[in-house]
Amino acid sequence: MWSLILRRLLVAIPTLFLVMVFVFILQRMLPGDPLLVMAGEERDPVVLEELRKLYGFDRPIPVQFLIWLREVATGNFGASLRTGAPVTELIAQTLPVTIQLAVASLIIALLIGIPTGVLSAVKKGTWLDYLANAISLSGLSIPNFWLGIILILFVSVNLRWLPASGFVSVFDDPVEAFRTTIMPAFVLGTGLAATLMRHTRSAMLEVLRLDYVRTARAKGLLESKVILKHALRNALVPIVTLSTLLFGQLLAGAVLTEQVFTIPGFGKLIVDAVFNRDYGVVQGVVLCTAVAFILMNLIADVLYIVINPRLRTT
Amino acid sequence: MASVSETASIRRRGAFATFIIRLFKEKPLGAAGAIIFLVFLFCGIFADFLAPYGMNQISPLNRLKPPSWQHPFGTDNLGRDMFSRCLYGAQLSVIIGFCAAGLATIISVVLGILTGYLGGRFDMITQRFVDAWMSFPDLIILIVVVSVLGPGMPQIIGTLGLLLGIAGSRIIRSAVISVRENMYVHAAQSIGARTPRILWRHILPNVMPPIIVLFTTRVGTVILAESGLSFLGLGVPPPAPTWGGMLSGAGRTFMFQGPWLALAPGLCLTLVVYSTNMFGDALRDLLDPRMRGSR
Repeated sequence: MWSLILRRLLVAIPTLFLVMVFVFILQRMLPGDPLLVMAGEERDPVVLEELRKLYGFDRPIPVQFLIWLREVATGNFGASLRTGAPVTELIAQTLPVTIQLAVASLIIALLIGIPTGVLSAVKKGTWLDYLANAISLSGLSIPNFWLGIILILFVSVNLRWLPASGFVSVFDDPVEAFRTTIMPAFVLGTGLAATLMRHTRSAMLEVLRLDYVRTARAKGLLESKVILKHALRNALVPIVTLSTLLFGQLLAGAVLTEQVFTIPGFGKLIVDAVFNRDYGVVQGVVLCTAVAFILMNLIADVLYIVINPRLRTT
Repeated sequence: MASVSETASIRRRGAFATFIIRLFKEKPLGAAGAIIFLVFLFCGIFADFLAPYGMNQISPLNRLKPPSWQHPFGTDNLGRDMFSRCLYGAQLSVIIGFCAAGLATIISVVLGILTGYLGGRFDMITQRFVDAWMSFPDLIILIVVVSVLGPGMPQIIGTLGLLLGIAGSRIIRSAVISVRENMYVHAAQSIGARTPRILWRHILPNVMPPIIVLFTTRVGTVILAESGLSFLGLGVPPPAPTWGGMLSGAGRTFMFQGPWLALAPGLCLTLVVYSTNMFGDALRDLLDPRMRGSR
């Protein structure tokens, strides 16, 4: 097991390195020279030259890359070109918002996706299976932002049940947090539920064919016990991995939903940065999401190895 | 000679007809998807003839009119006919969908076949690049690229094509790896066929099913992604009537007065993406059982 985990870690290193190279190249391509901003209005060539030396921009490109790597490794992800606020600080402000949204969405997705997946696997080929399939496909097809708009029009404007926008942290006011988070979380959760349902279905179908399920049935266990205790437990192994991956995608994938519900999260941070032409923030956020994504993938892989009993002895 | 090519064409038509019959018999949902998709394609191609009004024909007297016989989908805040705008929106979606999905499929096929067939160190290095590229969330790459290059159709098609093309190369690669070890490939290698010939004559035809499925589902993905970009104001710039664009900006401000403004473009989007997903699923089950459940 440990050698498998070690191998996953080793594979992640070149990927991480290449991601750094990509972001470095991107940094070169993005318009807006931070030095010009620092040099102020006059853009005195002497001052510019001094700054260039100070920040190492006169050195060869590979050396600059290494200097930049050192900065990133010590936690300096760059700063906003407008306000000068460090990107890490901006991320620390917005990430908890998106994490709350992502956790809520994932809970909704699991609550919908796994039971319907199990149901359509058990009732394979019946109208229930077709119905579940048709609904899950619509979950994949409805644009998130449109579902959000319709919900706002219907639930907030017409019925006046829930607030149409805003965000409250669950640690400040749990009730209000529930009221503001439930709609965007539902919007994000339905799409994920569809993916989860399809994977649960195929994992269950795979497991239900196996000998030990037949043995469990043959010894006279209740069908519900066979399905929930014997089959589902094994089918859940890939689902846990998938959920971790989906969580990673949610962190950056909430951009549109956050825009619709005006939630001051991580996704809104990058969209605002793009519109303000604040490339310092853009580059920092891109780096941060990519690194977070690699980490989530790594966690998913390791989790798969850890919870899969078959891989434990190897 | 003529008779040979004639029988070949008959046989091919026969296979196609059998496929259509199987589609309708075994996959009614998939067939429904195919029909919806054809209707959408028809609307897109002939939008100029079908639309009763121009896409940006303003009529101040008819502002925010609810759906009626004159305006089946109502009118927007400038009195533009929503039905006509949705038809032209279909046209833009067809163009972007097919171009970007086509580009993505070509990239996937070239990359997938080369890495899958050649394997070895070349494959290993390329896969690390693919890993790194896929670590960047799709929408974030799109937003950054469009913000650097400026909004516009070619930029969107190029970026979406590259993005989905690299991601899809993995699917083609795994199909190629399973074909590579077949006897006929080894036979071709042993009689000294050159690599390009093997790739073209032996590998490509045998990985056609996943390629077709990939293209079909990609059309839906592209349309969905483009609508998201347009919604953020980074898609094809207004007044072009993209479905995503109609749901943002002024359209969104006036939705409280005219909810039909939100309904029509969103329903068009959902229906088209739904149809490509249904058709793609059915195609996968019929053409390529190996890919079942892989999404």
